Amino acid sequence: MTPSLNTYLGSYLGIVVVLIMGVLLAVIMIGASHILGPRRKNPLKDMPYESGLPTVGATWAPFDVKYYIVALLFLLFDLECVYMYPWAVYFKKLGVFGLIEMFIFIFILLVGFVYVWKKGALQWE
Amino acid sequence: MDFWIDVIINVIFAILSVLLLLLVVAYSTLLERKLLGDFQLRIGPNRAGPFGIWQPIADGLKAFFKEDVIPEKADKIVFVLAPMVSFITAVGIIAIIPFADSITIFGRHVKLIVSDIDISILYVFALAALGSYGCLLGGYSSYNKYSIFGAMRTSALLISYEIPFVLLIMSIVLVNGTLSFSGIVEAQSHLWNIVREPVAFFLAIVCALAEINRTPFDMPETESELACGFNVEYSSMKFSMFFMAEYAHLFTISAILTTLFLGGWKGPLLPPIVWFLLKTFAFMFFFIWERATYPRFRIDQIMHFGWKVLLPLSLANLLVTAIVMAIIG
Repeated sequence: MTPSLNTYLGSYLGIVVVLIMGVLLAVIMIGASHILGPRRKNPLKDMPYESGLPTVGATWAPFDVKYYIVALLFLLFDLECVYMYPWAVYFKKLGVFGLIEMFIFIFILLVGFVYVWKKGALQWE
Repeated sequence: MDFWIDVIINVIFAILSVLLLLLVVAYSTLLERKLLGDFQLRIGPNRAGPFGIWQPIADGLKAFFKEDVIPEKADKIVFVLAPMVSFITAVGIIAIIPFADSITIFGRHVKLIVSDIDISILYVFALAALGSYGCLLGGYSSYNKYSIFGAMRTSALLISYEIPFVLLIMSIVLVNGTLSFSGIVEAQSHLWNIVREPVAFFLAIVCALAEINRTPFDMPETESELACGFNVEYSSMKFSMFFMAEYAHLFTISAILTTLFLGGWKGPLLPPIVWFLLKTFAFMFFFIWERATYPRFRIDQIMHFGWKVLLPLSLANLLVTAIVMAIIG
């Protein structure tokens, strides 16, 4: 068997090369600016830039909980969506059976969505 | 032997496409500044060379020679890694974009797509989700309240608009029956997806604006409230890398929308690569144009719109598409 780029793994060669290029360029750019740029230490320069005022309180403090709720909801819905992709690809082969199955799946998703909405997790003010 | 020639051609093409992307990134900054100048009845950059064509190079060189400040209290390793994450994930997307039909060099067919993989769409979403780590880590490691607020809002925005985007693209997958970009282009030979899925097209543009943080959703750069958002502590080339990532996203998302909805490189008379660039730059022009037109939403308005309007609409679009597909077969 002769090796070929048209195999499953062969088609990923380009992605590997592009990502290696990305890493190389990123390291070169940061390294070059590190070497070429001047370095003048100054205690004021090292302070957080907050419009000239000294920082009040801790910066790495607990954050508003609604951001974490959004992250949790994202995990749930994105996982559901990933499950739905194979269905979308094979939709024509699955026919009406696939349609009904997925409607049940989306219905369960929707019940959860309505519950989240009613509980006020999507409420931002 | 043939195999190794194919490998060498593929590697050279991959390297070339990354370098070309950097060129496009450099000149899309000039394009944006020129167009914004026109929209606001200004001239825009015109000092460096005719029409300011050396301006991106001057900006790039300047960034290399500026002081690289790392704040005293910042988490230094994460602070340096964050722009690299943003940059690498933005550059990686170029690998799966079909630029044109295959061409013949030295008697062998070369596909003008770096990696013709089966799961192009999942790859794009994976890299886009990883890219949101770049601004989250950058903002959090800076030890600055502005940048933490900017980072939290940006990542909340990115993940909120990713779900409707995924659902809208799923309706395209459902119609075309494939996840690969070259397959989707082939499936549009006779009819562009914009005709089959007009609702998905317009909603996808809204989601795309949010995913690349353009104006109505420019949470990372809320100048008026957060100084500069998550990258306020960054300077020198690290700052530039966030912006290179942003403009790389501007090009790649335009190319992806072109591929998904406007038939990719397909078109009559003109060569495929010209069609591809025409459609892509039409999207880029639109994205710059709307920046000059719309004001910014507040974060609560954005989250309401994303979860309570876009998500139900995109789910409804998917269900209607599925029903119609089941009826007409």
